[in-house]
Amino acid sequence: MFEIREKEYLADGICIMEIYAPRIAHAALPGQFVIVRADERGERIPLTIADYDSNRGTITLVTQTIGYSTRKICSFEVGEALRDVAGPLGHPSAFVGEPLEELRGRRYLFVAGGVGTAPVYPHVKWLHEHGIEADVIIGAKNSSMLIYTDEMRAVAGELFIATDDGSAGFGGLVTDVVKELVEVQGRRYDECIAIGPMIMMKFVSLTTAKYDLKTTVSLNALMVDGTGMCGACRVSVGGKTLFTCVDGPEFDAHKVDFDEAMRRQSMFREQEQLANGRPMHKECNCF
Amino acid sequence: MANKIPRVPVREQDPQVRAANFEEVCYGYNREEAMLEASRCLNCKNPRCVAACPVNIRIPDFISALREGDVERAGDIIAEDSSLPSVCGRVCPQETQCEGACILGIKGESVAIGKLERFVGDSGLENGRRAVKAQSNGHKVAVIGSGPSGLACASDLARAGYEVKIFEALHRAGGVLVYGIPEFRLPKDRVVEREIEEVKRLGVEIETDVVAGRTVTVDSLLDEEGYEAVFVGSGAGLPRFMGIEGENLNGVFSANEFLTRANLMHAYDTDYDTPVFTGRRAVVVGGGNVAMDAVRTAKRLGAEAVIVYRRSEKELPARVEEVHHAREEGIEFRMLTNPVRILGDETGRVCGIECVEMELGEPDESGRRSPVEKQGSNFRIECDSVIMALGTSPNPLIASTTAGLETNRRGCIVADDDGRTSREALFAGGDAVTGAATVILAMGAGRKAAAAIDKYIRSKE
Repeated sequence: MFEIREKEYLADGICIMEIYAPRIAHAALPGQFVIVRADERGERIPLTIADYDSNRGTITLVTQTIGYSTRKICSFEVGEALRDVAGPLGHPSAFVGEPLEELRGRRYLFVAGGVGTAPVYPHVKWLHEHGIEADVIIGAKNSSMLIYTDEMRAVAGELFIATDDGSAGFGGLVTDVVKELVEVQGRRYDECIAIGPMIMMKFVSLTTAKYDLKTTVSLNALMVDGTGMCGACRVSVGGKTLFTCVDGPEFDAHKVDFDEAMRRQSMFREQEQLANGRPMHKECNCF
Repeated sequence: MANKIPRVPVREQDPQVRAANFEEVCYGYNREEAMLEASRCLNCKNPRCVAACPVNIRIPDFISALREGDVERAGDIIAEDSSLPSVCGRVCPQETQCEGACILGIKGESVAIGKLERFVGDSGLENGRRAVKAQSNGHKVAVIGSGPSGLACASDLARAGYEVKIFEALHRAGGVLVYGIPEFRLPKDRVVEREIEEVKRLGVEIETDVVAGRTVTVDSLLDEEGYEAVFVGSGAGLPRFMGIEGENLNGVFSANEFLTRANLMHAYDTDYDTPVFTGRRAVVVGGGNVAMDAVRTAKRLGAEAVIVYRRSEKELPARVEEVHHAREEGIEFRMLTNPVRILGDETGRVCGIECVEMELGEPDESGRRSPVEKQGSNFRIECDSVIMALGTSPNPLIASTTAGLETNRRGCIVADDDGRTSREALFAGGDAVTGAATVILAMGAGRKAAAAIDKYIRSKE
């Protein structure tokens, strides 16, 4: 059982939870994820780790209520416990293993979209703690759906905001900001890391391909076990089938078949829609 | 003459009925049936069945005890060599092991050794075996994986006084016994859970949600958590695909995924949240036990279910009983058929599979005649889902995070007969070493490793 220590809503339908999981907090690195099963009847779903604190023994998860299982997870309150949290899974971000001298000379651009802003945070924070200031673009539908802006500002080099309706920051898409920075302002980056909705990652990838800017994306494929056993998370990268859980979750964006990845995410959409009509049978997990 | 008695038939659920439920197919023997069947054993001086058993259970001895009605003693005799009789009695390929060697089988029908083992095992579980926690010897051993090899290794070590903790990656203990083998062949609560309770009663602790190679590593267990030895029984690993066109279409699953959804995640029960999909017709590619499990599960989920296998029926690697049961349940078998591509509709969902007919050529290195494509014989089978049951390749998680651990060309951990690896204090067994094999071999490997671990830790004192 994994106790929820803190919980609040960052925006409509986006919930942040601090969860007591000392083994995971001790082992986690930027880029990794966990598999969560809310209760005995719950399904196993992957969620990217948004922060970890080995002293407190906690990890932070940010969940958007997009379906039955995410609503179930967000219905848990402080003092209750999630039945299972397993991880940290997947490879950490590549930069974690690289020599610091090399990293220090490198210019990073992060592109974060919606709830994907949360998993970008540990990357930027890690780099900041190691003396590297990265530029960050955060995109959201509107100002009320923006999350992590203050936290990100504290660790980022420069922070740019884009909203679809212009209610905060730049009015437009994150790709417009990328173009502005690279084409208009002539900023040079060595690597771009984009995390957000698959469609956003696809278009960031198409944009940066034009600049020959190395780009990494973190894929949120469907999974069951998360350890390589089921193969539900297969993704085509450079024409090869890889498993998101053990080979990823971060991949070279310019080689990912995003259209296939988006289609595969919708595998169980009909069942998911049916499930949304189900009453929430949350089992009591009080101590 | 004892062998004048025909093999005692075992009672089974009606095929029509069971093809629509997940209850166990075979009811097993009752006491009278078991004792009658036991009386057929010739008690050979040179028992070929024992030699043919991967763990050399003293089969004639336990059957003799059973014939005399001493079920408890029969259980004790089996327990000397096997820690999972209720499981192995159900899932061992007896026809190629003990029963295949039975002298009665030459002219007539072999003794139903598997069914007798199951009866003895189940009686033990029902009456509660006498597992008690041994006096601790103060030494700690970690076991990675709670499948057959891990459970067997942990039980033996706990009996010898070791403090044993099993680390399981999934949320429920049992490994392939809970995620892979379906309820209708191996009941989870009645058999697997009870076997695990026995192991816990010996004092073994099980921590779930710990992924070795990620949450902990072999080195962190040895250096930070105070374990003196580690046994790796992490199982088979990553599902294989064919590498043909259309394999990433929506509706193509590995058997591992399909079975894990149905078994571990209870997707067949609408009270559970995990979805599963078969569509109107499911094609399962493969001919092993996993293929049979998948196709029979698809049938029970309401689909027309078809096996596509590239060799002939004679070469099917699945247990004879499973093939027989599958046929009874109305599974369609397309033998000498091999997929060449999977067909999708405009939305990227499976709508069929294109296959080619095969014929058998010369025997290959496995001794089986290798299938050869018949040119131009391509044809289509309409279906909504395709399930690939083609075996697995090793999971790299532990090998890639354990410095100095030798693996072979295929990626399996290299271990000797006693489970010793290239790393001191690190032992391994089961599918992680051999590649996909059987429950009984994994269990045997776990027990041998337990003996080797005991010897290793004593040698350090």
